[in-house]
Amino acid sequence: MPAISFQSVSKTYSSAKGPFKALDGVSFDIGQGEFFGLLGPNGAGKTTLISILAGLSRANAGRVTVMGHDVQADYAQARRQLGVVPQELVFDPFFSVREALRIQSGYFGVKNNGAWIDELLESLGLADKAGANMRQLSGGMKRRVLVAQALVHKPPVIVLDEPTAGVDVELRQTLWQFIAKLNKQGHTVLLTTHYLEEAEALCSRVAMLKQGRVVALERTSELLKAASSNVLRFKLDGELPAALAAQARVTGRIVQFPAHDAGEIEQYLAAVREAGLHAEDVEIRKADLEDVFLDVMGAKA
Amino acid sequence: MSEAGERGGDMLGWQTLLYKEILRFWKVGFQTVAAPVLTAILYLLIFGHVLEDHVKVYGTVSYTAFLVPGLVMMSVLQNAFANSSSSLVQSKIMGSLVFVLLTPLSHWHWFVAYVGSSIVRGLAVGTGVFLVTAWFAKLSFVAPGWILVFAVLGAAMLGTLGLIAGLWADKFDQMAAFQNFLIMPMTFLSGVFYSIHSLPAFWQGVSHLNPFFYMIDGFRYGFFGVSDVSPWLSLAIVGGALVVVSAIAVHLLRIGYKIRG
Repeated sequence: MPAISFQSVSKTYSSAKGPFKALDGVSFDIGQGEFFGLLGPNGAGKTTLISILAGLSRANAGRVTVMGHDVQADYAQARRQLGVVPQELVFDPFFSVREALRIQSGYFGVKNNGAWIDELLESLGLADKAGANMRQLSGGMKRRVLVAQALVHKPPVIVLDEPTAGVDVELRQTLWQFIAKLNKQGHTVLLTTHYLEEAEALCSRVAMLKQGRVVALERTSELLKAASSNVLRFKLDGELPAALAAQARVTGRIVQFPAHDAGEIEQYLAAVREAGLHAEDVEIRKADLEDVFLDVMGAKA
Repeated sequence: MSEAGERGGDMLGWQTLLYKEILRFWKVGFQTVAAPVLTAILYLLIFGHVLEDHVKVYGTVSYTAFLVPGLVMMSVLQNAFANSSSSLVQSKIMGSLVFVLLTPLSHWHWFVAYVGSSIVRGLAVGTGVFLVTAWFAKLSFVAPGWILVFAVLGAAMLGTLGLIAGLWADKFDQMAAFQNFLIMPMTFLSGVFYSIHSLPAFWQGVSHLNPFFYMIDGFRYGFFGVSDVSPWLSLAIVGGALVVVSAIAVHLLRIGYKIRG
């Protein structure tokens, strides 16, 4: 039995401009114990898919199960199996951190949960904030509480929707160590993120969504292997000519070209020289998930 | 309050939601309980002072004594409505409703918790208003059972209406419109401040179409043993109306109206 199963899931929103198809027949399974990455540009349908999984939204067609429980027909059991860290930094201003956790635990009818709540507070570095009102916490601390709230009923399947957006480096490390530990203990993790290096480091398998469809579904290592090319990377002291820019990935002064062999590398560098520009800090590196992602999304086209 | 929070652990899911909703208004009790009590005292002092010597109701009841149950019931109704509606709208706008949406709680659990906490708030404010205003008038308690029945049914009715309004409204001003253009007029025109027998025949007829009238009339019967219509008729009408609005509220929760996209 897969931990999560998406079966031909479609979702259409009606908007002022007419119907908008957010998801178009999405199908894939996530096995128990997997650390799975769901990637895609903004508007690709990642959050919609997770909302349907969590019961926050309903699919127009298709079926979703969590540990074998249909998220609509058997929603109570499905939601018990699922811990969701929402993307938005939401909180209930009436309660302290510990109250928020006790209440969340109570919604699931978990009894004698104090020890686990203490452990969560400790693991997420919240122990000294347990009595603080949610309003007094910084954004990073609120994010930690969201993670604790998602885990308070010990769900076997954990969903994190962009958990590190706007989070400082230290918390990112704490968070990933903690989630990785849970994954080692057997929890299934589904992660959406914009930080592709995170997905590359953590996820054993990824799905890429584009305009509501799955465009890649592969082991991360296979994806990286398939992207056999290397990347030529250098800093430039001026504007890259348009003809070259179309093939490159440009971030400020940093320019990156996919390069399969020495000949190609020579060509690019020659073209830069002919344009009267000067390349510094030249290096050649292995393609990473971001290169694969941009390839798949056709961002260079 | 932290001690109260300690208890949030060993309850069933729906009990936790009920408890959370009670804790929510209790933590801001100055605003949710004390303020409406003060408002009711002001009504009593002003209207009681102006009208005490001019109006006798049912022949024997002084105006202030007549007014006290009306004010108590008005406070019960308005605060029951405010509780579920403001909680829902606020948590929708803040996004914190997601914490409840992610739980296994069913539509029935939601209904019981939101309406239950509204009843508790309504009765808490009503008791406060009663304890303070009762000093100003000589009251009788002919049928305490009716008092309790109508207080609970009225609070349940308005808590349910608040639940529907809270689901429907996306913004605080929509909520305020619901309250100002529907709940306030229906409460004020239900006979809080007057016996409808003092109205012209046409307006008596109109008052009989207002379900709020029966709540207040039945409630008042419990104090004086006299009312504009039989308490059994009021019970039937209020009970029937409650069944109808509850069915609507449960249906909206079941389909996730405006809360599950």
